[in-house]
Amino acid sequence: MSTFRELVETRSRPLVTAEFPAIDGGDLGTIQAKLDPILPYVDAINATDNPAAHAHASNTAIAIALKTLGADPIMQVVCRDKNRLAQQADVVGAALFGVTNVCALTGDDVTAGDEPQARRVFDLDGPQLIKVIDGLREGRYLSGRKLDPPPDLFVGAVENPFAPPQHYRVERARIKSDAGARFLQLQIGYEPDRLEDFVRGCVENGVAARTALIPSICLTKSAKALDFMHDKVPGIVIPEPLRARVKSAADVPEESYQVALELARHALTVPGVAGIHVTDFRHDGSLARLVTDLGLRGASAAA
Amino acid sequence: MRLLPLLEDTVKGAVWDCRMCGQCVLHSTGWTCPMTCPKTLRNGPCGGVREDGHCEVKPEMRCIWTKAEKRSHHALNPGFWGKHFAELRPPVDNQLHGTASWANLFSGRDHEHPDGWTGLTHDDEPVAPWPGLGEIDDVMALDDGFHVRNAIA
Repeated sequence: MSTFRELVETRSRPLVTAEFPAIDGGDLGTIQAKLDPILPYVDAINATDNPAAHAHASNTAIAIALKTLGADPIMQVVCRDKNRLAQQADVVGAALFGVTNVCALTGDDVTAGDEPQARRVFDLDGPQLIKVIDGLREGRYLSGRKLDPPPDLFVGAVENPFAPPQHYRVERARIKSDAGARFLQLQIGYEPDRLEDFVRGCVENGVAARTALIPSICLTKSAKALDFMHDKVPGIVIPEPLRARVKSAADVPEESYQVALELARHALTVPGVAGIHVTDFRHDGSLARLVTDLGLRGASAAA
Repeated sequence: MRLLPLLEDTVKGAVWDCRMCGQCVLHSTGWTCPMTCPKTLRNGPCGGVREDGHCEVKPEMRCIWTKAEKRSHHALNPGFWGKHFAELRPPVDNQLHGTASWANLFSGRDHEHPDGWTGLTHDDEPVAPWPGLGEIDDVMALDDGFHVRNAIA
């Protein structure tokens, strides 16, 4: 069993997952070079599926490559680009290579990307996709046709605790948990009180016990990056005082890092949180520093 | 039967901006049509809802799910509908698009879901599209009428 899955199931220590950078060319060596600085510090790595509606090397190919190179991939599957047949085929296909962690997302709209002319699919929505993938795990396609043997899938999803209607997000987590999600990677957020409210709700309704809640921490190094996220990424709000603090700092990259560190420290103290997910826009070793500063050890580092 | 979809489209199109999915769930969504969501989401809002409750794709439009959530729990919406709000609605059956959901409700057609959704597994579902053909070892042994009977139009 993968360390990631074991940690989700046992919660023996806080887990760390990270986003793998988008790949647009090269070969396995390219993947290896991007993987080397991350691998020792994380328990699993997300292979994204056309993030922000931009075409990149596919989720399936990257997940298989990561598995081949010794990492424990989490293959993201979004609903924007493919219909239910293609989504099921990707999950079943990747599982042949040992890619068993799957994370179901609705996905950004095509208008968020650089090819807004594309047809949007959304044949399934996020919660439906979770249930369909969980069906694959149980040994059947959506049609009911048998998979023999069934893939040993470990199904998860995402949720945004920070977006309206906030009180409903807890219920949404419950719906996703009931549909089969064993972990929920949460959207990047800069409002600790909203995270606390969400996680508290999930503890009260029992979701946090059966589904690992994994808040996301974003590593940035400029005030512009924060402004960009606040202005351009729907669903992400960064309070003005926080942006001002980074903007006016003597050492902006260092202050940006400290903000991420504080948010991560806070997240890990919230009862019901199983670990953190790191999105690294710095690529300067800050991921290693963060994991070390938090006193967390990734799977490979501990081995 | 052409008249019924036309009538339904006219009435529901005017009132709810109905998209004629043919499997109406308005009663469970606070009388807010989920097919008017740019992502046609049937199970609640995506993570891109803006801080003001508006849509990620169309900033001028209020997220239909923030509306649906409010309306389904409104005092005027009977509880027997409101309680269906948090149910997991099944994937859209695209074969029903353009048909009258009134007829599909009456016939029960809109409650037919793929076996996998309801948890049924077919043990011996054949894999080949034309299973009979897979069992034929010697095509020359077929009787004279076989190809006529099994012609693929």
